[in-house]
Amino acid sequence: MRRYILRRLLQLIPLLIGISLISFLVMHLAPGDPTALFIDPNVKPEELARVRTNWGLDQPIYVQYFLWLKNALLLDFGRSYTTGQPVINEIAERLPMTLLLMIPSYLLTLLICIPVGVISAVRKNGWFDNLFTFLSFAGMAIPTFWLGLMLMLLFSVQLRWLPAVGGIILPLMTMTIGSLAGLTRYQRAAMLEVLNQDFIRTARAKGLPERVVIFKHALRNALIPIVTILGLSLPDLFGGAFVIETIFAWPGMGRLGVQCIFQRNYPVIMGVVMLSALLIVLGNLLADIGYALVDPRIRYERRD
Amino acid sequence: MSGATKFGFLIMLLLITGAVLAPALAPFDPDAISESEIQGPSARHWFGTDDLGRDLFSRALFGARISLTVGVVAVVIAVLIGTIGGALAGYYGGWLDGLIMRLVDIMLAFPSIFLILAIQTMLTPNIYNVMIVIGLTSWMGVSRLVRGEFLRIRELQYVEAARAIGCSDLRIIFRHILPNAAGPIIVAGTLGMAGAVLTESALSFLGLGVQPPLSSWGNMLMDSQAYMRDAPWLAIIPGLLILLTVLSLYFIGEGLREKLNVRD
Repeated sequence: MRRYILRRLLQLIPLLIGISLISFLVMHLAPGDPTALFIDPNVKPEELARVRTNWGLDQPIYVQYFLWLKNALLLDFGRSYTTGQPVINEIAERLPMTLLLMIPSYLLTLLICIPVGVISAVRKNGWFDNLFTFLSFAGMAIPTFWLGLMLMLLFSVQLRWLPAVGGIILPLMTMTIGSLAGLTRYQRAAMLEVLNQDFIRTARAKGLPERVVIFKHALRNALIPIVTILGLSLPDLFGGAFVIETIFAWPGMGRLGVQCIFQRNYPVIMGVVMLSALLIVLGNLLADIGYALVDPRIRYERRD
Repeated sequence: MSGATKFGFLIMLLLITGAVLAPALAPFDPDAISESEIQGPSARHWFGTDDLGRDLFSRALFGARISLTVGVVAVVIAVLIGTIGGALAGYYGGWLDGLIMRLVDIMLAFPSIFLILAIQTMLTPNIYNVMIVIGLTSWMGVSRLVRGEFLRIRELQYVEAARAIGCSDLRIIFRHILPNAAGPIIVAGTLGMAGAVLTESALSFLGLGVQPPLSSWGNMLMDSQAYMRDAPWLAIIPGLLILLTVLSLYFIGEGLREKLNVRD
């Protein structure tokens, strides 16, 4: 297992370099110049040239990239064009706010999707299953930003229970409902598949009470896939955070990223992309490791 | 066919009819200011009017043209790239497989909405770039799927037979394997179109997609947040249309999955 983890960690290096290269090229090959957005157009050309030199924009693009890469390896992601603060500090300030949304949303999702998925599978095609099948399809079909708007319309404009901006409940609800639908379907499918296995038939045939069959034999096995999907759903969760934080003016990393995209604040965008990508690939890796830990049948390497 | 699938086809049919016949069906010019102020839904304006006094029903009909076209074109691009990439990777294997699948891994590690936003701000946001960008950032799932199908099918006897009688690689890929992998691709395409419609709406909502005066359901929602108290229908109606479209596509996709016997 240790060798497997080490190999996977080493594989992350080319992956992250590939991601940084694509992001860098996408931003820097675009026509136009970020200085145009920050600097007074009436400024003297010498002054403009000085700023460009300062930001390294006068260098050929491959030089700029290798400089960025060299510094990034030393955890120096440069300074924000707008505030002059180190990118690391800017992100460190915002990341806790994003995690404050994501972690509770993750836990809530798990807490709801497992029982709902399991009950739906056990009582397949019953009223509970039909209701939640319909709800999860609706949940998957709702645009996240519109769900946010509708919750805002209901809870802050109509009922006046919650603030539209600044409170945590509305963005948390939006994020949770958004990820809940898909995961519930997934948990239901996993449980259904286990319930069709031979060992469940055996357990029933030898006269075990249904309760024992469901909780001891089926549920334990049906939880395995959800471990994987937890890791794999990270990109969607991040994607959702960008939009949700923007709507609710939530001062997290996603909103920072979106603002910086509009401002073409290259160093901060690179920082946000790399951090999100790192968390996503680590999430995938943890999912694979977790998968092997909970399911002893899975071996990633030959036993010596 | 299940009730949900029938519902899906019915709604899609209605939406497509509305989109195609928009110039004939729309009671007002979608860009013309027909009232001097915002009005709620009425017999004259079924969906009310927007903040500029334009008829929302007419704008929604014309918006359907844009939103559905963007969805279809984007998904065609994604399916083309994904199918070619997956077919090459699955059929040839080796270094080509490694290269294509690493690219898939890289693309999957981006939060895609972020990549799309970044590309969109760099390009001029217009309807063509929206289609291209969504297509270029959503082909990875199809690629993995097609690769899997190719890995499975290329070992089957009829492929061996085709090779034995001297068929070229291209002929085997396109005439022998691809048609047998069509089912999963069609299902993925249907669900992919749902995803593309969702992405277009989010992009246009953020002001980086389809640009006014052209109306899409997403950009109709753009200013609605400001009028939520006085004109909630501005926020409700375009969103419901997106929801209905995506839901119908999901239902159609599920129906096709069952009909074409595609595993989940």
